[in-house]
Amino acid sequence: MTQDKISLLLDDGRRLDGRELHEIRPITMKSSVLDRADGSCYLTWGNNKIICAVYGPRELHPKHLAKPDRAIVRVEYRLATFSVNERKSPAPRRREYELSKLIKESLDSVLFLEKFPNGTIDVYITVLDADGGTRCAALTAASIALADAGIPMKGFITGCAVGKVADKMVVDLSDVEDKDGQGDMPVAMNYNTGEITLLQCDGEFTTDEVKEGLSLAIRAIGEVYKMQKEAVLAKYTQIEESIDDLGEEEE
Amino acid sequence: MTILVDKNQLVVPGEVLARGSGVDVAGGVYRKKINGETEIIASMIGLVKIRQDSVGVVPLEGCYIPLEGDIIIGKIVRVGLTSWNVDIRGPYVGALRVNSVLDRDFDSLRESLEQVLNYGDVIKAQITYFDRTRDPVLTMLGRGLRKLTHGRLIDVDPVKIPRIIGKKGSMIQLLKNMTNAQIIVGQNGRIVVSANSVEKENLVISAIRKIEAEAHTSGLTDRIREYLEEKNKKL
Repeated sequence: MTQDKISLLLDDGRRLDGRELHEIRPITMKSSVLDRADGSCYLTWGNNKIICAVYGPRELHPKHLAKPDRAIVRVEYRLATFSVNERKSPAPRRREYELSKLIKESLDSVLFLEKFPNGTIDVYITVLDADGGTRCAALTAASIALADAGIPMKGFITGCAVGKVADKMVVDLSDVEDKDGQGDMPVAMNYNTGEITLLQCDGEFTTDEVKEGLSLAIRAIGEVYKMQKEAVLAKYTQIEESIDDLGEEEE
Repeated sequence: MTILVDKNQLVVPGEVLARGSGVDVAGGVYRKKINGETEIIASMIGLVKIRQDSVGVVPLEGCYIPLEGDIIIGKIVRVGLTSWNVDIRGPYVGALRVNSVLDRDFDSLRESLEQVLNYGDVIKAQITYFDRTRDPVLTMLGRGLRKLTHGRLIDVDPVKIPRIIGKKGSMIQLLKNMTNAQIIVGQNGRIVVSANSVEKENLVISAIRKIEAEAHTSGLTDRIREYLEEKNKKL
């Protein structure tokens, strides 16, 4: 195909967007952005823009889906019509069903669902702008929204993709690298316990490359995890700081 | 046992609070054995609570989990033949039977339940039974339990209710004394405020919102007193 024509690395060894091989894109996260939802998060990851809302635990309808010993998680991952180059039909496609399913399974593993038998926890993720790596970004945002909703969980799920571009392992692929590179490998894990909850692989990797990719991914996830933690606590620390400032002014 | 965090420290789910055996766990945490050593890990966003030999997290976010004996403010969402369904702002819908509302015989052939409590009515009720396998059962037979007919109904975070009530009711007493408002607090995060003027009601609601936002800070009662004094002058 056109693969040999496209050069995904610059002459100085950096990537097309000027990043080093193992550098992640700039990330911002904000929790409690939606008033109506129980928990929410707005996340930008490079050019990705993702908004996530969590409702629940709440009563489950239709009732026949209910599990008498635990709650179920329902995830709806959707790409906005304007999130990709050509207008996407608003009807969910195969890709959206697949991502909803794997995000659900990844989140399932960290939530204490047995505390809410017969109930449901609904997670709605909308990708407003997509530029590669949305599944990892969506998982990262969903964890923040779940924590913001006060749903008991073992820890955050944090994701980051690694991949192969011009025979080199790179971290956090952009859309171009994802499409024209040699392979991508999204990884998501509970960083505290080291349990991997999502691992997919697309393309060709040698065993050593997979090992290298995993360790690179875990390191990147560590960085994202720190931001996640700060984003969740920011709401409270800001209030604390504003109160401290007031106190100092009065003194 | 080693405790790795400070008292009242803000923590997020997944953070390790203590290592070693012999620690009791309070709410908001879970225990996990990692490499033969027990770790106590936070499961919610909240403030660390340390008592002699227990570690826990006081959550700052969360839904209402019914507890037997709780006084709640509910909304009627369904009227049946001999019972009502009540929205209690939790994961489950409350069941209110007719014999827990009327202390007389009820003939469903001659009377309709809608005449007693209709769809949309707001009630103050108590949870008499709940065990997670069945929906919570409510009663309206008890002191002060009744249909609420006036006032402003507001929703707050259920986990902030203890802060709004305060130690031995200090905060709610402060609010009532300084505004002469009538405030009914439901454990499920619903509050009904009624005062003799809309401005007073607005003041109480803004004070409650302030408590809700600053629930994780210390010296809150004093700040609320100052806030109310300042605003009262302007009224």
